[in-house]
Amino acid sequence: MSTVDDPPLLSVEDLRVEFPTEDGVVKAVDGITYEVGRGRTLGVVGESGSGKTVAAMTVLGLTRVQGARISGRVIFEGVDLLGLDEAALRRIRGNEIAMIFQDPSTALHPLYKVGAQIVEAVRAHQDVSKAQARARTIDLLGLVGIPDPGNRVDDYPHEFSGGMKQRAMIAMALANEPKLLIADEPTTALDVTVQAQILALLERLRAELGMAVMIVTHDLGVVAEMADEIAVMYAGRIVESGAADALLNSPEHPYTWGLLRSIPRLDGPRVERLEPIPGSPPSLIDPPSGCHFHPRCAYAQPDHARIDPELRPLPDDPSHSVACLLEPQERRRLWKEPAS
Amino acid sequence: MTLYIIRRVLWGILLLILVTALIFLLFRILPTGDPARLRAGHNASPKVIADLRVDLGLNKSLPEQFWIYMKNVFLHFNLGYSYYSSAPVRGLIAERFGATLSLMLGGTVIWLAVGLPVGILSALRRGSRLDRLSMGAALVFVSAPEYWLGLIALYLFAADIGRVKIFPGAGSYVSLTSDPWKWCTSLLLPWLVLAAGSAAIYARLMRGSLSETMQEDYIRTARAKGLSERRVVLHHGVRAAINPILTILALDIATLLGGAILVEVVFNIQGIGDLAYTAIRHSDLLVVQGTVLLGALFIVVANIVVDVAYAYLDPRVRFS
Repeated sequence: MSTVDDPPLLSVEDLRVEFPTEDGVVKAVDGITYEVGRGRTLGVVGESGSGKTVAAMTVLGLTRVQGARISGRVIFEGVDLLGLDEAALRRIRGNEIAMIFQDPSTALHPLYKVGAQIVEAVRAHQDVSKAQARARTIDLLGLVGIPDPGNRVDDYPHEFSGGMKQRAMIAMALANEPKLLIADEPTTALDVTVQAQILALLERLRAELGMAVMIVTHDLGVVAEMADEIAVMYAGRIVESGAADALLNSPEHPYTWGLLRSIPRLDGPRVERLEPIPGSPPSLIDPPSGCHFHPRCAYAQPDHARIDPELRPLPDDPSHSVACLLEPQERRRLWKEPAS
Repeated sequence: MTLYIIRRVLWGILLLILVTALIFLLFRILPTGDPARLRAGHNASPKVIADLRVDLGLNKSLPEQFWIYMKNVFLHFNLGYSYYSSAPVRGLIAERFGATLSLMLGGTVIWLAVGLPVGILSALRRGSRLDRLSMGAALVFVSAPEYWLGLIALYLFAADIGRVKIFPGAGSYVSLTSDPWKWCTSLLLPWLVLAAGSAAIYARLMRGSLSETMQEDYIRTARAKGLSERRVVLHHGVRAAINPILTILALDIATLLGGAILVEVVFNIQGIGDLAYTAIRHSDLLVVQGTVLLGALFIVVANIVVDVAYAYLDPRVRFS
């Protein structure tokens, strides 16, 4: 367990990622700051289009190739990854930091054997023979719970089920024992029963290997299960962040309330109806003025369309921050009262 | 797999029988010159022409002619005899196949060697100057007819009539076995003319296919592994992007083996295409039929080859 004084494994400071398009500049990530401690799990939550995937891919430099304009700092073990050239960044990708993706059925190359793709990942960073890499691959497949790995190593991706493909992707990500695993919606494309298995697997591996995990998802249920810290993203910004328990039990931002009220809970009071958040995610080319959430917020005041809230620590809990213009007492009262 | 191939071959043979029947009927229903009269020359007496009709088998009824032709083709691989020169059609084709094969081989090598790299670079730098230049050039070469391009090439570069006399001109073809060096130099211009249009098409195909592939999730996975961009492009991108192009390549090769009529005629190369062209002008029906049948055979074979090759190129393809 890390102490407060340890420098975090990953520290992202004021990261901005913009994509110039024909319709205008898409501000996918608009100044976000967060940390991931060694061995810790950060959950990044938000709707589709909130910029969470772009933020995660930028850590690995995967948005560079798409022509993104990037500013800010991404400090990993004391080095700013944004300042590295491709060759230096490549030594970190898949080695120190690995990533798994949303849809395992398209993330594996359809024309190569699963094992060969993992062998490639091993040999990209380790100077080992093909036979050694293959042995390692079979170990990895066993580690992620694929039965009979010695035979399945020579299967093609289409011979794997969806859950098995995601397990194979995880095995590939673990090939070089990364210090940080970024999981972008790792369970979204899977059946519900398989989702639970994959989450349990990630949790087990995190504990066994001691790696840090950054899990990006729209599903608060997923982060509630896994995350130590949570960051809630909306329209390219973090609107609330803090320890998972604090954030889930006393959420401060009306958007977080919306996310929590739109999922059923077994432990909470029984509600008649789940409440969706009204409206749809805003345009990232031309975001709403003031607080980006105000057009969808039930508690917005007229001046919230003018004033842009900053992400500020709470007075009584500095580890818990929120970007909301409502008064703290007002927020407590609104969260406690049953939603209208 | 074996069963699948056998079935495909049987279907192919059936298809060829149908094609043969169709060609036979087509050339006899359509108005054409009377082969006997053409063979007999000017001022031939009706008696001579009538004798020739008997010699050529033209006095028999159409169904009878058809039956004899089909029997000869499919049971004895005998394509009949030229109305014009009495030479066996099979021999004529065999004699000229080397030239057509040479033309196809060199042309294909050149258009692949130019088209694929240009397409790959264009796909990776879409919208760049290189991309716009190469795609613009591609448009020109795709639009330029081969016979026009051929004549222009001769006018510019042929040793006899050209402005810059660097390449041997039309009619200089010699076979590979008689003089490899002259074979190569005499074919350079035809190869380039033949390759120009195809290189352009293949560059565009490769560009389209690869730029689509580079958007795939597995390309992102390859990058996330920490592979070099070169390996991502060649090993992951091109490998997937090339499959649809190989299908087209097989059919293009097959078509060319049936004779590159325009290029062969412009450069006066005695290949299958030139044979067909001459035969059409002489109403030499059996020779025309032979060359068309040869083309059909290559297309049928190419289709089977492509389907079988796909099983090896794409593990998801299974025969049923």
